[in-house]
Amino acid sequence: MSIGTAPERTDVISADNVTVQLGGLPVLRGIDLRVHRGEAVALMGGNGSGKSTLVRSLIRLLPYQRGEVRLFGTPLNSFRAWSRIGYVPQRSAPVLRGAKVKEVVASGRLARRKPFLPLGAGDRSAVSQALAVVDLADRATSEMTTLSGGQQQRVLIARALAGEPDLLVLDEPTAGVDLRSQQALADLLAERVAAGASVLVVLHEVGALQSLLDRAVVLHEGRVISDGPVVPSDESKRLARHEHDEQRPNRDQPWLGGAVER
Amino acid sequence: MIEVLAFPFMQRALLAALLTGLMAPAVGTYIVQRRLSLLGDGLGHVAIAGVGLALITGQAPIPVAVVVCVAGAVLVETLREFGKASGDVGLAILFYGGLAAGVLMSGIAGSGAAALSGYLFGSLTTVTRSDLIMVGVLAVVVLVPAIGLAPQLFAVCTDEDFARVQGLQVRSYNIMIVALAAITVTLAMRTVGLLLVSALMVIPVAAASNLVRGFYAALGCAMVVGVLVSVGGAAGAYYADTAPGALIVVLAILVFVLTLPASALLRRRHQAALELPESVDDDNVVLPHVDTGVHPHQHGPGCGHPYVQHGDHTDFIHEGHRHAQHADHYDEH
Repeated sequence: MSIGTAPERTDVISADNVTVQLGGLPVLRGIDLRVHRGEAVALMGGNGSGKSTLVRSLIRLLPYQRGEVRLFGTPLNSFRAWSRIGYVPQRSAPVLRGAKVKEVVASGRLARRKPFLPLGAGDRSAVSQALAVVDLADRATSEMTTLSGGQQQRVLIARALAGEPDLLVLDEPTAGVDLRSQQALADLLAERVAAGASVLVVLHEVGALQSLLDRAVVLHEGRVISDGPVVPSDESKRLARHEHDEQRPNRDQPWLGGAVER
Repeated sequence: MIEVLAFPFMQRALLAALLTGLMAPAVGTYIVQRRLSLLGDGLGHVAIAGVGLALITGQAPIPVAVVVCVAGAVLVETLREFGKASGDVGLAILFYGGLAAGVLMSGIAGSGAAALSGYLFGSLTTVTRSDLIMVGVLAVVVLVPAIGLAPQLFAVCTDEDFARVQGLQVRSYNIMIVALAAITVTLAMRTVGLLLVSALMVIPVAAASNLVRGFYAALGCAMVVGVLVSVGGAAGAYYADTAPGALIVVLAILVFVLTLPASALLRRRHQAALELPESVDDDNVVLPHVDTGVHPHQHGPGCGHPYVQHGDHTDFIHEGHRHAQHADHYDEH
């Protein structure tokens, strides 16, 4: 091993010293993150801490300016095995008005399908299996707009599961979801982890997912402030609000006027 | 109808209308999904520049217009992707620049603006044999990806981020959609006309979404509606002795209006079951038990009161409050 840590073969995600800028402003600075095989890791932090930005950079939805990201040991730029990743975006994101539930879930098979070829038997059974897992088998032919918010969230999870991924990336899947549904999600993810899959989940609060998680990485203002066992929500908030012992930056200097203002 | 088919120019016109009726709604489905309903109209303006260029150089109008329009479409998509802030003004300049350049070149060519009117509103008599071959070939070029790549295009149009994480080349697909739209718009200039083609891309799609449920069903239905109104409109225009574009679009709007009641029916049948989440955050909270007292009415399925799923039971909405069955009486929930 030379300088720096060589990514282990069992690392599903490895990010080293990643810096992301949005509109010229550094949003994430010097991020190191590992998700090992079979691990469930939470990415936590307050609003604007950069957790969604980080997760989007890790799956190439946003470019990063410095550092290196590897998925399954392959540098992100040359990564092609997209079928190994199941992505569940934030619920507000997609516009799927006219589509039927099974059409949406079937789009989770696209990474495994060849263009111009119709759905095969394997695709169909994966779709119906994924719908059964999220308990929506009876709504397969319903239109998305007729589903409640929680059911739509489950459709998006089924869409990610339909690709039979090795890594599930979920962006705030528990936002606005009641505790009972959160527990159902935790059970479902635990089953995947037991089957050998890895999970990276963006969370605002640990909630019902606590028992599932091996680790929590907490971001604050674009930097990792802790990486370790899951701490209950209120304690992580205290961590994020730690006080500086040293003197506060000098704000009397006119050129610093607005820059360090919180 | 038989009489119409006796003339070779009508045979060609009807065939061209049939192909346009298939293509425009197929591409229109994706354009509508991406909320670019008016893109077709703008591309029509760009195609006019192509027609003008053909008139001034003495070339056949369709091939020149296809090339110009596809180039304009790719430029539009690139503007949209990179210059989001100024994209709107950029589009306006491109579209109206296209229209002005077309009229200008047509004037210099000595044919005047009148020569353009056959392209703006469609003209049955002018579909030549070579035009028809061109339309046929390009119809295949448009329809094969529009139908064969439907799952990919559907994913790109509805959830771009997810499509990217599925490893799809989102930018290529986006450019392909606008290029297909440009080809369709240009080919439609003989039948519907450049100013009205956008209607044939959008209205059958809107009608189909009133009639059927699901993305693929809507795609197929829109194409059926498109064929019916374009062939019907082209044939009708012969009898009414009018430009076909106007009749085709009026027929399409008529179909759309006729589908509105069907939409209301479907919506009622498939209405989302209302659901009130029951607060389960804290089991220790005990809600007050409010008995409705003697209740002469028996609630049940079809009792006439609207009902709502509330946690693990059903509440019946009764004059502004909710009744839930509890043993032999009703509780206020």
